Amino acid sequence: MAIAVRLALEAFDPAAELVVFARDHAQAGGIVSFLGQVRAGEGVEALELRHYAPLTLPGMEDLAGKVASRWALDGLLIVHRSGEMAPGEPIVLVAAASRHRRDAFAAADFAMDHLKSDSWFWKREKVAGAWRWIEPREQDHADLARWG
Amino acid sequence: MARLLFLGRLEDLAGAGEREWALAEPTPLADVVMMLPPALAEALREPKVRVAVNGMLVEAAGLIVAADDEVAFLPPVSGG
Repeated sequence: MAIAVRLALEAFDPAAELVVFARDHAQAGGIVSFLGQVRAGEGVEALELRHYAPLTLPGMEDLAGKVASRWALDGLLIVHRSGEMAPGEPIVLVAAASRHRRDAFAAADFAMDHLKSDSWFWKREKVAGAWRWIEPREQDHADLARWG
Repeated sequence: MARLLFLGRLEDLAGAGEREWALAEPTPLADVVMMLPPALAEALREPKVRVAVNGMLVEAAGLIVAADDEVAFLPPVSGG
């Protein structure tokens, strides 16, 4: 079981990440991936993710450990951006490789719910030249609560 | 110098992401917060705001800040 967790301070290429991940886990029958990207439209000019170095990456590593102990996976990849991004740019990539697809789907879903509302990131967006912080949504907490 | 870090929306209230604070002696966090502008102080006291000292999450109640501590105020998160 190989775990790779990265806090990316610069843009990353999700397609290239997945090519490497699939090659590294050729024995896995299936790979599920989720890509979160900056939504274009609605007047959003930029998105910025902030992190707190002493906690953010260690927290992501703890999360990856939890995911790996909960599902039977061959591999797990988590890449999360910090910094300023333009519409269309990737924010987060989660990929889970496993023998059976259900484990991979659930693992990626669990990881994303925890990255969104239980990891040390703060998000703000720029609309019409003005930045505003994005507060966590009720739905994010409801999504998290599903996992008990 | 103690360093106070304000994450997320707290940065806007503080007017900067961090602020240095000269403490003559170890001081209760509640006293440090009381010396800050009222709107900021009120936001820092919200129970959902977590506190880390020198990179470790701690319980804010009863916390004593040493002269060279880094105290980070962490509001509710929003990632992904």
